[in-house]
Amino acid sequence: MIKKILSGLIVIAVVVAFLIVWKPAIDEIDRPSADSFNQEQIAKGKVLAGLGNCASCHTSDPSKPLAGGVDFPTPFGTLYSTNISPHPEQGIGTWSEEAFVRAMREGVSRDGSHLYPAFPYTHFTKVTDEDLSALYAYVMSREAVDHQGPKNQLDFPFNLRMLQAGWKTLFFDGDRFQADDSKGDAWNRGAYIAEGLGHCTACHSPRNAFGAEIADETYNGAVVDNWYAPALNTTHAAPVPWTEDELFQYLRAGGSKWHGIAAGSMASVVHKGLIEAPDDDIRALAMYFQDLTGAEDNAKAAEVAAGHVSQAQGMADPATRTGEEIFSAACASCHYNAPSSLKAARPELSLNSAVTAPDPVNLLRITLHGIDEPTGLRGLAMPGFGPGLSDADLIALARYLRQSSGQPPWKNLEQHVQDARQL
Amino acid sequence: MTIQFQLNGEAMSLDVPEDTPLLWAIRDHAGLTGTKFGCGIGMCGACTVHLNGRATRSCITTMGSVSGQQITTIEGLDQDGEHPLQQAWVDAQAPQCGYCQSGQIMQAATLLQDFPKPTDEQINQVMSGNLCRCMAYVRIRKAIHLAAGSSDSSSAGSPQFYEPGQEEMSNA
Repeated sequence: MIKKILSGLIVIAVVVAFLIVWKPAIDEIDRPSADSFNQEQIAKGKVLAGLGNCASCHTSDPSKPLAGGVDFPTPFGTLYSTNISPHPEQGIGTWSEEAFVRAMREGVSRDGSHLYPAFPYTHFTKVTDEDLSALYAYVMSREAVDHQGPKNQLDFPFNLRMLQAGWKTLFFDGDRFQADDSKGDAWNRGAYIAEGLGHCTACHSPRNAFGAEIADETYNGAVVDNWYAPALNTTHAAPVPWTEDELFQYLRAGGSKWHGIAAGSMASVVHKGLIEAPDDDIRALAMYFQDLTGAEDNAKAAEVAAGHVSQAQGMADPATRTGEEIFSAACASCHYNAPSSLKAARPELSLNSAVTAPDPVNLLRITLHGIDEPTGLRGLAMPGFGPGLSDADLIALARYLRQSSGQPPWKNLEQHVQDARQL
Repeated sequence: MTIQFQLNGEAMSLDVPEDTPLLWAIRDHAGLTGTKFGCGIGMCGACTVHLNGRATRSCITTMGSVSGQQITTIEGLDQDGEHPLQQAWVDAQAPQCGYCQSGQIMQAATLLQDFPKPTDEQINQVMSGNLCRCMAYVRIRKAIHLAAGSSDSSSAGSPQFYEPGQEEMSNA
């Protein structure tokens, strides 16, 4: 009897597990011709693709747009982005809109296999039907690129896609975006973009051992791909409040006079993605993030900035003297500012997010390897000082700058410097 | 790799490795020798040129990073060599040996763009990465003030133009 009950339970468990894991394939269609979509939908989809920055993760070679092949090193092995151009064999040319929407919202490929959450369907699930439809029109009307990137190299058991069903049970809720009625339209538009297609938390939030964003640490900041993505909530370390105007400048132009520039992965977000979006959408994002960062006393921001820089320039500590001398010789020609008139083109390092960040990787990478166009503000570049500065010089410089920012000293700078030289 | 950029307003196309220093392209390929080699590690300022109108050290700026950008050297700062800074340099008789001076002038041009009426402090800070072994610093600062029409506190009360022996006397 007990045996029968047990085997019955096992059968039920297997069936339930199967139902969770198994997703049906959606029939292939003939590739829709580009002119089967109306131009308005395509134009709308282009903006949405920019807000989602699809091209940056799905393009490894500019001559093969949306053809995938970008590598994503993870603790579980290396993933490669797929070809999402409308090529019938290599891309998603035979995907119906239904299959596209299911992939975006449930993380399931057309053939029914589970996608890895490096593809942020956990965010795209919030996107509206209308927007997904426009995005489909845009993607399907792109050039079909015949290119196959490398295959994923994941360790066992992470290479078993069916296990993703378990991950989804634990970490995925699949809800659409819910507007907050206590906020205005622009705020809600900003929240919809940021939490949905923009998938901002994907980089700006720490992840747990399973690679899922930690729910109660949303926007606490994290290191992704050896760049530190700063905190975007009240835990951020910026000395000056992130006002809506500065957020707008940063997201639109690529830099803020009080915070520094969009470098690393954020450079492509600004210059390849958000560039497609109208000012209203950027303004909405700025309004949303000003609220999240808790910036209130905006009227005093300029005063706070000037006071902070004056104090940094007046600092005379023998312990950081060497770093100060290196700054004078190598950095001040471009980075010195008059406290009362800070200039975005002369990034003020005592306020800079690369210096106030809890992790020194951004500062070290940029000092060593420089900034190329188009990173940060358009037209500005910085050479790398890697060959000229010894490890000891870099450490002294980093210590001096860190102290000038008013933040506690970084730990293990020696190790960080050695690591950054390898990047 | 073929790299295209603008040098003093003219299109240039060079087939060089991406990590070639911009200074090599300027001196060896374009033959413009006004820009000087000093330390080679971005710590002396002798090689300063403009990238999109702002000072940068050409010895550590790689060709890969100037693709599609506008480069200006001392030869291109003004067609006739009559940029206000160049005139001020002559008027103040700023150089001694002259080796660092094209870098000084290019850096000073960016200084005046950001600080149109600079104070001594601002000049000292921004020009601190441009070394001069002849110690012409006082005259360089004077020339910058002259070009900007700003007041030179170190020479207050003394004649505006350089006269041999003037500094030595006032510093004595």
